[in-house]
Amino acid sequence: MTAHRGTGHTFRGTLAAFDSPDAMLEALRRLRQEGFTRLEVYSPHAVEEVDDLLGRKPRALPLIVVAAGVLGAVGGFALQYWGMVLSYPLNIGGRPLNSWPAFSTTTFELAALAILLVGFLAFCAFCRLPRLYDPIFDAPGFEHASQERFLIWIAEREGRDDRDLLQRLLPHGEGVRIDEVPA
Amino acid sequence: MSPSPETRADLDRVVEPGVTALSVTVHVSDLVLERRTPRWWWIGFGLSLGLLGLFVVALGWLFFRGVGVWGIDWPVAWGFAIGNYVWWVGMASGGTLISALFFLTRSDWRSATSRIAETMTVFCVACAGIMPVIHLGRWWYFYWLFPYPNTMALWPQFRSPLHWDFVAILVYVIGSVLFWYVGLLPDLATLRDRARRRWQRVLYGLLALGWQGSSRHWRQFKILYGLFAALMAPLVCSIHSIVGLDFAGGLTPGWHETQFPPYFVFGAALSGFAVVLMLVIPLRRALDLTGVITLRHVDVLARLLLTASLLLTYCYLMEVFMPLYRGEEHEITVVMAELGGYYAPWYWAKIILNGVVPQLLWIRPLRLNRPLLFLVALGVVVGMWIERYVIVVGGLHRNYTESSWFVFMPTVWDWATLAGSVGLFLTGFFLALRFIPIVSMFELRELLHKKKTEGGR
Repeated sequence: MTAHRGTGHTFRGTLAAFDSPDAMLEALRRLRQEGFTRLEVYSPHAVEEVDDLLGRKPRALPLIVVAAGVLGAVGGFALQYWGMVLSYPLNIGGRPLNSWPAFSTTTFELAALAILLVGFLAFCAFCRLPRLYDPIFDAPGFEHASQERFLIWIAEREGRDDRDLLQRLLPHGEGVRIDEVPA
Repeated sequence: MSPSPETRADLDRVVEPGVTALSVTVHVSDLVLERRTPRWWWIGFGLSLGLLGLFVVALGWLFFRGVGVWGIDWPVAWGFAIGNYVWWVGMASGGTLISALFFLTRSDWRSATSRIAETMTVFCVACAGIMPVIHLGRWWYFYWLFPYPNTMALWPQFRSPLHWDFVAILVYVIGSVLFWYVGLLPDLATLRDRARRRWQRVLYGLLALGWQGSSRHWRQFKILYGLFAALMAPLVCSIHSIVGLDFAGGLTPGWHETQFPPYFVFGAALSGFAVVLMLVIPLRRALDLTGVITLRHVDVLARLLLTASLLLTYCYLMEVFMPLYRGEEHEITVVMAELGGYYAPWYWAKIILNGVVPQLLWIRPLRLNRPLLFLVALGVVVGMWIERYVIVVGGLHRNYTESSWFVFMPTVWDWATLAGSVGLFLTGFFLALRFIPIVSMFELRELLHKKKTEGGR
């Protein structure tokens, strides 16, 4: 079993598909109670509570974006200050060179620009996009995750045979489809 | 329109009964992937391409001969190009307001119309961005606006509203495109997964960047989308304020007005909602989207149009009142010239189309009468172009020096540039109709799930 760097799941495991988010959440709860940790949910829209159940918190994206905004504002102002006060001062009727109110709009716009660009790049980095191929795409029925099914990926636990346990936890039947994903 | 009485409940419904998450996904993606391109699309696209060709010819002639092919001269040195710019960027606001502002207010009616509105924004901004550049005269020097190290050691004038405007539109273009694209990612992944033809799988596979819909992806997506929305809402206000300052910063009678920043924001909102209505009304029929774009959407957009019209009408009153109150001679001259001079027909057309006709929308049956509403919106779009024309030309043609008074006469190339830019917009929009999901599928899935669990409408 080789862990695949970055995706958080292994090549081998089980993919359970559910027709409704509530059934998926119920199963996820049971799996967590049984001590499964290497889980991932794939869904056609964001489902509240999934993050709580998986015990994941939003990462540093907001902080990075705030930092980018501050940097953009400071840098934007510094650019104008450098140009208008230090590099090429023009004395026009004795008006102040550091005319900060006139610099404020560009400062705001450049802060916004930094937030937009850095935000998008950070988003791509955290989501590991672009990543045109991922082993999970080969899982049977995975294409439904972007349409109408709610999938739980359960990574195979090393040295354990969970087949019976999973069969008990995820009763095969109405609205549930289990697929063993081979290596 | 059906004669059946629309009840309160009908008007509250953002999704018709019987629409399911899967049916929306199948319908919207099949519009792109499976449906034979309908005849109206080919006709519309052909006409748009024709207008785009006209734009290319008009720009080619302009680049060959210079801005003298237009009717501009001293002192009316800003003509159609700047009016067109303000018009296009104003209409672009509609998409951003609906997508960003009403995302922040958690309005459930926004989901079905946001994609149409955002797509409209992207192509409006493209048209807007071209206008000031071609107006430069020596357009090939437009990069002088960037603060880049140069052998002359010169800087752009950061204190000028015109430079603020350059920065603002640059940021707005980037922001609109990113906001639109990020919102498209999950839907592009849906197309990738539903596509049957190889080229579709490759195209949407590349565009979707490998979106998986994992909980990690959704978590980051929600944060980023919320951030972008929170940023785009003030950004759209800032850009129209700065467009207003382009004029307010100029020492020209009729332009030098402190009320211009909000005036331009209200005008932008008015034309933005009008364009969205003009697109939504025919598209919900043509693309069979009446299940997700309901009368509720039409009603809300019409109310927003009316609200923006009232706000702008207040500015129109102030526009006449303030010069008279201040008693500054040349400003009064400009106001009088607009009320009764050469540009009076244009002036009164703007008052009627933007201020008077939208008042019809106080009455609900008229608001829900789609053909009438379409005409009102069309009137507003035309009226808003006229408003910018009157502002640009009206102030300049009666400046402080009587000896240089002048009447601007547009040439055929002015009109060709205007019509051609409409072609550019429509060509882009028709292509988008064909190649991207025109309704946000994942948002509707989420909305339908929310409605189901709430057990409500």
